[in-house]
Amino acid sequence: MIQVNRRNSFSRIITLCAAFLLAFSSSLFAQIDATTGDADAGKALFKTNCAACHKLYKPMTGPALFGVVEKYEEDYEWLGKWIRNSQGLINAGDARAVKVYEENGQKVMNAFPALTDADISNILAYTNTPVPEPPVIVDDESSSTKGGGGVSNEIILSILGLMLLLLVGVLFIVKNTLKKFAEAQGIEVEKEGVRKPLWESFVENQFLVLVSVIFLLLGSAYFAYGWMSQVGVDQGYAPVQPIHYSHRIHAGDNAIDCKYCHSSARVSKHSGIPSLNVCMNCHKSIGEVAADTQAEGKSEYGVDYNKEIQKLYAAVGWDEASQSYTGETKPVEWVRIHNLPDFAYFNHSQHVSVAGVECQKCHGPVEEMEIMEQFAPLTMGWCINCHRETNVKVEGNAYYEKIHEQLSKKYGVDKLTAAQMGGLECGKCHY
Amino acid sequence: MSSNKKYWKSVDELNGNPLVETLRQNEFVEEIPTDEFLGDKDTLEASQTTRRDFLKYVGFTTAAASLAACEGPVKKSIPYVVQPEQIVPGVADYYASTIADGFDFASVLVKTREGRPIKIENNKLAKAGYGANARVHASVLSMYDQNRAQGPTASGEAVSWGDIDAGVMAQLSSGKQVVLLTQTFASPSTDKLIAEFKEKYPNVSHIAYDAVGEQFALDAFEAKYGVRALADYDFSKATVIVSVGADFLGDWNGGGYDAGYAKGRIPTDGKMSKHFQFEANMSLSGANADVRVPVKPSEQKAILKALAGGSMSGVPEHAKAKVSEALSELRAAGSKGIVVTGLQDMASQAEALRINESSEVIDVTAPRMTRSGDVRKVNQLVKDMNAGKIGMLVMAGVNPSYTLPNAAEFDAGLAKVAVSVACSMRADESASKATHIAPVPHYLEAWGDVQIKQGEVSITQPTIRPLFDTRQFQDSLLKWMGYDQSYYTYIKNTMTDAGISFNKAVHDGVVMTNAFAKAVTTNTDVSITEDAGASTSFQDGGGFELTLYTKTSMGDGSQANNPWLQEMPDPITRATWDNYLTMSEADAKKLGLWFDRSTFFTEARHDANGGLNGHLANVTINGVTLENVPVMVQPGQANGSIGLAVGYGRTTSIQEEMQTGVNAYALMLNGSMTQGNVSISKANGVHEFAVIQLHNTLMGRGDIVRETRLEIFSSKDFTKKDWNPIPEVSKDHQEYAVTSPEVDLWDEFDRSVGHHFNLGIDLNACTGCGACVIACHAENNVPVVGKSEVRRSRDMHWLRIDRYYSSQDTFKEDNEKKDGFSGLGGDNGSLGGFGEMEDPAANPQVAFQPVMCQHCNHAPCETVCPVAATSHGRQGQNHMAYNRCVGTRYCANNCPYKVRRFNWFLYNGNDEFDYHMNNDLGRMVINPDVTVRSRGVMEKCSMCMQMTQKTILDAKRDGRVIKDGEFATACSNACTSGALTFGDVNDKDSDVYHQSQDDRMYHLLESVGTKPNVFYQTKVRNTKEA
Repeated sequence: MIQVNRRNSFSRIITLCAAFLLAFSSSLFAQIDATTGDADAGKALFKTNCAACHKLYKPMTGPALFGVVEKYEEDYEWLGKWIRNSQGLINAGDARAVKVYEENGQKVMNAFPALTDADISNILAYTNTPVPEPPVIVDDESSSTKGGGGVSNEIILSILGLMLLLLVGVLFIVKNTLKKFAEAQGIEVEKEGVRKPLWESFVENQFLVLVSVIFLLLGSAYFAYGWMSQVGVDQGYAPVQPIHYSHRIHAGDNAIDCKYCHSSARVSKHSGIPSLNVCMNCHKSIGEVAADTQAEGKSEYGVDYNKEIQKLYAAVGWDEASQSYTGETKPVEWVRIHNLPDFAYFNHSQHVSVAGVECQKCHGPVEEMEIMEQFAPLTMGWCINCHRETNVKVEGNAYYEKIHEQLSKKYGVDKLTAAQMGGLECGKCHY
Repeated sequence: MSSNKKYWKSVDELNGNPLVETLRQNEFVEEIPTDEFLGDKDTLEASQTTRRDFLKYVGFTTAAASLAACEGPVKKSIPYVVQPEQIVPGVADYYASTIADGFDFASVLVKTREGRPIKIENNKLAKAGYGANARVHASVLSMYDQNRAQGPTASGEAVSWGDIDAGVMAQLSSGKQVVLLTQTFASPSTDKLIAEFKEKYPNVSHIAYDAVGEQFALDAFEAKYGVRALADYDFSKATVIVSVGADFLGDWNGGGYDAGYAKGRIPTDGKMSKHFQFEANMSLSGANADVRVPVKPSEQKAILKALAGGSMSGVPEHAKAKVSEALSELRAAGSKGIVVTGLQDMASQAEALRINESSEVIDVTAPRMTRSGDVRKVNQLVKDMNAGKIGMLVMAGVNPSYTLPNAAEFDAGLAKVAVSVACSMRADESASKATHIAPVPHYLEAWGDVQIKQGEVSITQPTIRPLFDTRQFQDSLLKWMGYDQSYYTYIKNTMTDAGISFNKAVHDGVVMTNAFAKAVTTNTDVSITEDAGASTSFQDGGGFELTLYTKTSMGDGSQANNPWLQEMPDPITRATWDNYLTMSEADAKKLGLWFDRSTFFTEARHDANGGLNGHLANVTINGVTLENVPVMVQPGQANGSIGLAVGYGRTTSIQEEMQTGVNAYALMLNGSMTQGNVSISKANGVHEFAVIQLHNTLMGRGDIVRETRLEIFSSKDFTKKDWNPIPEVSKDHQEYAVTSPEVDLWDEFDRSVGHHFNLGIDLNACTGCGACVIACHAENNVPVVGKSEVRRSRDMHWLRIDRYYSSQDTFKEDNEKKDGFSGLGGDNGSLGGFGEMEDPAANPQVAFQPVMCQHCNHAPCETVCPVAATSHGRQGQNHMAYNRCVGTRYCANNCPYKVRRFNWFLYNGNDEFDYHMNNDLGRMVINPDVTVRSRGVMEKCSMCMQMTQKTILDAKRDGRVIKDGEFATACSNACTSGALTFGDVNDKDSDVYHQSQDDRMYHLLESVGTKPNVFYQTKVRNTKEA
């Protein structure tokens, strides 16, 4: 065991020395070689260092990097210099560097002096990764199998219904045959005494009529009231939007904060629909979704997410090929989901910034919604109930100090609800 | 027995007059105008639509409508593609800017929402430019005017800017005489630009022209001080103010003096300024004066001479005592006395300047630059044009075809000018006759700099992209000079060259600098020392003497297409949508222009449909006749004098509804606002006025407008009880103050917690200017209803300024007279007595009282609402939930202050009310934070709930306590004279709290026990016992 230990430590020293030598010698002669690089390690490095401007198969801020080794004829020395400090190379008057710089619209690439030869080898190895085969999407089959459950249920139900009908028919036939049989046999089937029909006796009982009419009227009034109360209440309203925007992916999977896009909710009465430049903060570099997301979109929701991103590019006037704005914009006409009537004043910042209410409280589990829908009824009763139940968040807010002290003493409570603070007064929301 | 009795309503009925029988058969006494909506029989029969078809259509449309109603409308929400950094939807931005339309000059803040200006506020950093009047507040609506010129035209055809430039530049280089006829810009950059333009093209000359000019004051000032400008006055320093025909609270010398005046009018330490007014028309200044003497313009001249220390000859008998009183007061005041005059001759103006030489109220070193026009040059131009000497005329900001008395002559000359370019906002009277129209933007869409008073430069910056294809006049000049520079860069350079930080200047909107002081020149023009010739035209050869004036609402008439201003009641006559000849009662009776009281309900002083009627008259001066001018009898009008407002009677590029009144500019001969030797003859017909207030007197009810004299107020012998007592009521034969809980019908609420808003109104500071009325319109989306609706008393103003005349010479005498009534009949009976008191005196005392919802703590309206649509908030406001209101109008009936307004119709998106709310452009001015009310609901002042809530929310978000002065309403913000103070009375350090504890404080109709949250400060007059 001791020996083994020694051997291990010896080999470690040797590797360390080799690494030291390698590192030392890298400045003297190129040790970068894509063929020796580890593509997986390269992928990680690529994501942290390069992905902000480069993609493998598509141009972004910088050109596509797939096959870059081949393109520059495996001139690893030049590639290393370029990656570590492209501007130095250009300023030094390197012809090829200047050419590349000009070709790419004179965009300055960041310098990465900290990358070791091994790192660069790994990255270059990664850039040699061929285009992966797109995952085979088996829409038709999967949808039919998925839908199968529903269909079979219906079949079972209809079979059951048919059987019931059959039973009724059989009973009817049996009764008829028995009757005929009895007639043929001359058996007198005892007829029921001619009794007064039920409805006639009902009509004669005036008290009963009165009571049931009242009951009926009240009942219908109740239902009519209930029905009328839902007129204009669009709970669950989920209109088709001009761009299929998935809150599930953005707020759910990617956990983007609501107020990143709906930033005016913090300061304004409107939560604000983000302007397209906000979308482009991310989508400048996200032109395509991940393959599995794309597959999921197609199979689960029948949406081609990549096409939806293209719609955004068309609207904002982004030319992917040249990675520049064309200036031809076409504002997106979203369909408004939450429509408060004009006579009701609602202020987002009061609820979001002052009260610290979670967006989900009124808007529901948006992070799970593929298609945004109206979660709350947005009726006045709904507003008021919340105001009655919710305590005002007064901690650390100098505005509330005095009024909270006085009011809580007056009402004899520790915590004041919004209603006690005056949140039920008509004029607070209607002016 | 009873069957023998015959009941009858009139003798005619008793006698069986057949007319009575026919009338009784009619359901309505007045004929219902069925033809108006049914059309005549021929048209009906010619129609292809049968009754069955009609019913089918009705059925189909109803079915279609109900089907369509099953689905809610899809609302689109369109975000910016790239959101501008400073815009957050739902949050207002404020930009400092400056209006300078040639008549009104003021530094303002422009409130914008989502990039569109919706309201004008005062810029508190400004000094001389501080104080937007009603017209400036309304100017934001004038931008959203669909009748504006929307692109360059030549002879009515749309052309490109290139075409216009080519035409202009050809004329410029042709060597023919080119004249720039412009408004007064008072702009350092524009002055410099025009000078450069003239340098480049020596054939160009520049003439400034003011529609309502101050020719004589300018001449006098120029002759004495070497600068063509107007002396500035700081009335807050004055202890004695004597005005001879100068309406300095109106638009005299460009106006804007009310803030300083009001400061001196609030009694502090037993002192306030004393104000004498000698004038012909009843003006705002006269209405506010302590002593007002109605005198004709010709007599005013003698009074001014007397004030200058001359003899009393020529001073009318009734004015002598007051003139000598004024004189002795002036002498006692020394340097704190001031004499101002509006007399229309240079000698008088020079006289006034001489009297004021030692006064510290006047400022001649830093004069006002807001007027510069010279009528002589304009007259010469008209002659030159007719002589064919002018090759090109460029007009900017002027409308001479409308504002010149010799407009016909001007038009004839204009036709002889080869190229005439109108740089105007609309295809108005002049522009439509010009060969080219080069439309200019509204000031809210333009850049500019303005030196309102020497030493204070205000910046104009655009707050919205130009709505139409317009180009600033200055940009045109730059273009015509062949420069690539924009006027923006030009101003920036001008400012930077003067060592001013341009960014700071734009941010603040105003910068104090002496860099653009006008050089004092010894005038070489001999003609200036001569009178402009106007005094010679003033012939005092008997006849009436006319004083032209500008209305608070309409000004010079450039904003005539603004429905807010058209419907704004005149502070004095309370008439809307009109101008008229004001005349004394005695003169009206003499000329047969007086409706006798006995015709009250028939041909009528007040017609059965509610309004006031007037006769029509023809007015002739020097051969010029203005026909069919309605006559309004004006208490306080000097006998033998008449008044008439300019700014009305516009016809071109003005919506039909706004084409109101007659054009009085035709009578402004030689640019003089006063004219002598006027003859008046009665014309046929009756004119219907739309007057907001038909009851003119207080009827001795001194507790509505409470007032006292300075002597009593400041004397130790009198206490508050003597001049401002709390009314008492009797309970169980014991007297209680009406504010005592003992006699209250309601339970008291605890209002000590949180905010409790109060609005204090100081009747001493209120001059009645009406800026608050328009500010309220803009803030609260108050609809315009039109003349015929106003006549039916259906005006929608949330805030009105009541004007009361005394029936005796003073209100005090009114009170005494009323208290002296004994019995019903007889000489001293109340029956006849009250009848007499309905008529104002010949020279009455006047009181202004802004009235809005009083937000009663014990509100009578709240208890009668069957659906609880109006209720009380803890913060003192009386809430009105429009969506809850079903329109029973019980609340309005039960309101003792009559401040509730009912929406008789849908005023937005309705062709019957074709004002700004009926077009997309005009609707852009609507405040998105306030509901636009629909038909059938009651509305009223909300004490700008949206503003107080906003202030509270901002404080909550910042987590801080609200300081005094943060709470405001639209009216309190608009008031520059300090008459309106708003705030939280639970904040014991606030201004409004201190005012509410003041001895002068009283509540309107306190005896009713409503405990309002609006309170008034007793008016103190600086008068002596008569």
